[in-house]
Amino acid sequence: MTPPVQEQATVEGGALASAKIAGGVLPGWATYAVVIAGAALAAAVLLATGAFTVALMLLFAVPVAAVGLYCWSRAVEGPRRAKDRVLTLLIASAFALAMLPLISLLYEVAKRGIPGLSLEFFTSDARGVINGGGAAHAIVGTLVITGVAALISVPIGIMAAIYLTEYGTGKLRRALTFFVDVMTGIPSIVAGLFAYALFEIFFGPGIRLGVMGSAALAVLMIPIVIRSAEEVLKIVPNHLREAAYALGTPKWKTITKVVLPTAFAGLVTGVMLATARIIGETAPLLVTTGVIDSLNSDPFNGRMQNLAVYAYNEYRSPGVMKQASYDRAWAAALTLIAIVMILNVVARLIYRRYKTEIR
Amino acid sequence: MLGAAGTKRNAEKGQGQMSNVGPVTATSTDPVMGSKGRTAKTIEARGVNLYYGDFHAVEDVTMTIAPNKVTALIGSSGCGKTTFLRSLNRMHELTVGAGVKGEITLDGEDIYGAGIDPVQVRRLVGMVFQSPNPFPTMSIYDNVASGLNLNAGRMSKSQKDGIVERSLRGAHLWDEVKDRLDKPGTGLSGGQQQRLCIARAIAVEPEVLLMDEPCSALDPVATLAIEDLIGELKSKYTIAIVTHNMQQAARASDLTAFFNLEETGKPGRLVEIGPTEKIFTQPGEKATEDYVSGRFG
Repeated sequence: MTPPVQEQATVEGGALASAKIAGGVLPGWATYAVVIAGAALAAAVLLATGAFTVALMLLFAVPVAAVGLYCWSRAVEGPRRAKDRVLTLLIASAFALAMLPLISLLYEVAKRGIPGLSLEFFTSDARGVINGGGAAHAIVGTLVITGVAALISVPIGIMAAIYLTEYGTGKLRRALTFFVDVMTGIPSIVAGLFAYALFEIFFGPGIRLGVMGSAALAVLMIPIVIRSAEEVLKIVPNHLREAAYALGTPKWKTITKVVLPTAFAGLVTGVMLATARIIGETAPLLVTTGVIDSLNSDPFNGRMQNLAVYAYNEYRSPGVMKQASYDRAWAAALTLIAIVMILNVVARLIYRRYKTEIR
Repeated sequence: MLGAAGTKRNAEKGQGQMSNVGPVTATSTDPVMGSKGRTAKTIEARGVNLYYGDFHAVEDVTMTIAPNKVTALIGSSGCGKTTFLRSLNRMHELTVGAGVKGEITLDGEDIYGAGIDPVQVRRLVGMVFQSPNPFPTMSIYDNVASGLNLNAGRMSKSQKDGIVERSLRGAHLWDEVKDRLDKPGTGLSGGQQQRLCIARAIAVEPEVLLMDEPCSALDPVATLAIEDLIGELKSKYTIAIVTHNMQQAARASDLTAFFNLEETGKPGRLVEIGPTEKIFTQPGEKATEDYVSGRFG
């Protein structure tokens, strides 16, 4: 490079840099300040008209802040940065809006559920109790029914996923993928009725069994397990399979010793999330496991209570002391959410602990 | 022994489903038989045509890969070197729609013959890949022992230790990793990983070692280390190496085969094969001369 050119480049760079400085930059707190000012302005107007609510204030605050931020930023920083700031604000607001129902739901369930929680709630069932009693039978039922459903679904689901990723070709594979997709969309009550119809053939009408509920849940869970396991197995790089084959490893050993261990963390996470997804199902259990007040932990013998149906019943037919019943319903809902959250957290922990670095 | 293994499972098709039936070779589980100067096997290809579905990738290759020699396959990209190499241990057919015509023999036995299990072939003909691919779930030790763990019968810990050490020494990696054998293989540098993969391949004592551009992902220092290693390994194995690096072919190989394709869409062909020195100094074909002198490709 010749010196004159270099000089020219430096001059250009200097010009650019000085242009930036001349344009100026808003202080770091600018966006927050504008949002707060917008909220204050909206609150003032609403108070003046006598129609103040928090929701309305937030609703008006965002557009007011967006306009204010755009004008301010455009004046100081130029149009490109102004657009960037406004879009960032809008995206952040959309995210906050999406989070709002979730947080509000968690808050509401916690607020209403905590009064119903007590030692009795976790340790006793509702056999022969007119007012009070606990949900131990429902908690045990939920865990047993979901556990058996997972026992049915996980082997079938993972083996199906292995077939789809490692063995399946052509039409059969395409057909199976299609039906798995269809299965993910089955309404849960249909799964319940299917399980009922199936068991009715063998046990006669009116049959209610815990394992029947598990079968219904398995119908819902299998496609979720297949889908997640398939995705995880697909990202196991092919060069690992080839490395195993080149050592003279048969295909089944390549799958069991190389592919599955590499995908282990992802498989477990998928199973946990699928379990969390079906643990709160109500409709299929209403028609399969029935309603019962006493503790039954044998899925092959008689009716079985679970948390979702328990909450539904406490709310639908409260006893004489209505509020206590409602409290128990909310406490059951809170317990269910807690179980789902624990499953999610455990899934994340397992993933972090066992994930394999795949290049 | 290949034929014997083959007839046992005449009914078996495609990927073998059997774990390990009898000893693969007399040497495969014997840690003592790794001493220098054994005679490895010869691969002969006669009229080999390879296909991907309707696409004719390699046309009519006839060549011999001599025992205890390094044979380099050179040629421009897409001329079928790698495809041909992968057909030598029946890895080619793992690609959906892949087809093979012609005859490839290992010491006279047709590896595509009826009743031959591709899994058995791959135990005799090992492979090292373009990018290092140690198993990410396994430690350095387990990576080297993976071929034994996956395929050989039970063996004592001390026996396995012996094979792992010998393989790592053979791959010039022992001194660098002997203190951290239980650490993951993926934690090594690229060149170390590739030597780990070579150690893994030689731990099962194959007869032939196929290398598909083993140095293309490595820096010059690591490349030289691997080339030195190749020079030593040929005392025990028959080696075929695909390379894009002309100097590498010139440095590391005894024989060189030049592949070429006349134009895109046509199948690749073997132009000529001969002693490396002759191919690089007085090639028999104009195309070879153009390629090795860097005039095209």
